[in-house]
Amino acid sequence: MGEKMLFAFISVFIMLNYGLLINGVIRRIYARVGRRIGVPVYQMYIDLFKSWGLRTNIRHGTMFYLGPVFRFTGGVGLFLFMPAVYGVALFTNFSFSGDLLLLLSFQFFGTLGMALGASESGHPNSAIGVTRGLAQMTAVEVPFILAIMAVAIQYDSLSLTEIIAAQQGGILHWTLFTNPLATVAALLAMLGAMMRSPFDVVLAPQEIPIGPPTEYHSNYMVFLQSNRAIFPLAKAILFMNLFFGGALTIWMLLIKTFILLMWPVLVGVSFPRFRVEQSIRWFLKAPFIIGLLGIAYVYFFLK
Amino acid sequence: MSIDDLKKKIVTSPDGDEFEVNPMTDYFCGDCPEEARPVKGILEKFYNWARSESIWVLGFGTGCGAIEMRPLMTPRFDAYRYGIQWRPTPRQANMLIVSGYLSVKTLKRVIRVYEQMQNPKYVMGLGSCTINGGMYYDSYNTIKRLDYYLPVDVYVAGCMPRPEALLAGFEKLKQLIREGNAEGANDYANRFEWYKANQKAVILNWDMPDYNW
Repeated sequence: MGEKMLFAFISVFIMLNYGLLINGVIRRIYARVGRRIGVPVYQMYIDLFKSWGLRTNIRHGTMFYLGPVFRFTGGVGLFLFMPAVYGVALFTNFSFSGDLLLLLSFQFFGTLGMALGASESGHPNSAIGVTRGLAQMTAVEVPFILAIMAVAIQYDSLSLTEIIAAQQGGILHWTLFTNPLATVAALLAMLGAMMRSPFDVVLAPQEIPIGPPTEYHSNYMVFLQSNRAIFPLAKAILFMNLFFGGALTIWMLLIKTFILLMWPVLVGVSFPRFRVEQSIRWFLKAPFIIGLLGIAYVYFFLK
Repeated sequence: MSIDDLKKKIVTSPDGDEFEVNPMTDYFCGDCPEEARPVKGILEKFYNWARSESIWVLGFGTGCGAIEMRPLMTPRFDAYRYGIQWRPTPRQANMLIVSGYLSVKTLKRVIRVYEQMQNPKYVMGLGSCTINGGMYYDSYNTIKRLDYYLPVDVYVAGCMPRPEALLAGFEKLKQLIREGNAEGANDYANRFEWYKANQKAVILNWDMPDYNW
């Protein structure tokens, strides 16, 4: 167990650094699309140290403290309970036989934690941001859960390790090719889960100053920034495991997650922002129907 | 908010209970700011380097100078490459650009915003109006010298200063931060009475607590 915990620490540390760097790269890409040069790739580190170095901070109560902690737990928990690299002890983490269900709850955990924390700050913009965030997350979960159900039925398992194992043996064994409809539904849901345009009105920097984290600063901000590095990466790893055959080496992990993270970026730089009710309607139309078709496909063609 | 909103009042809860609310103590903190001493040695130098390379500017345009900040965010001048980023909330920002003339009404808001920012925080006075009143030198409702009311780290002169001048101002500020000389927040805490007296001398309808943390 001690060894496993050490490995978990190391893998979280590696992923945190990778996430921070990749966030820098993504900001750079956004800037280049807007014909700017953009922040240095390592700017996230400096921001982290700067926030850490603030000399004063404001307290609003216990839940205000716990909000960013829950958010961070959501990100790290999502990462820790799935095998990042299949068959490598260092990156197997704490995956177990029913981990898929736990991972689904971790998706929501951080947002709920922030809802409690941000509400205690008493700032109306936080409350508006959280309400928007939860409403949108609920709509995102619908096609995503349908896709996951399709995968679970297809492989008769709720264990990520078994799902990855079933996809080994060549690229045509990936869920991407065995059940493309579920993959498409999940990829569309991923757009909403990544907090990038067109689904980033939750963080809306103009209309409601940055939404839930309005009141958060200094060390709270460090937690939120670290989570923003780990959480999207953990989600990308989850998608990689479910639909793209998992990873057998660390390099494969890095390459696959990078490509997966570029998908919301590609959409994000191309499309303007939806309002919340527009995005909810959007998720409950095409992605929802494709998700249902994915399950039907499993029943009629794969069983 | 008006002065009447800050008086004690009896409020009825949704359950029908009646209780007294004193906004000045219940909604606000009455404590004065305290000096936050820098940590000593190499750690402070490292923090100062990080602070200088990651300046988060509060997006708050007070006067016509705000128009000069837009070119800084867009491709032509792109201040992001120097680590200067815009944040929409005073809690996270650590730099306030007072962009141009400051009417007494706006000064009140600027003070509230400045006090909500966390130590260390920096102020840049942009344009001649913040230095000596500029073209508003004889106006009855604009302030003439910003540093009577807030501790200013850098002034950028001109009417209007071009974005290049602002970038030069940012570089100067970075140098001050790295040298450990940009301690405006501590100065504000140490000379709090002096600043407050100056502020109250011009803001006649003072309808807020003395320190808006």
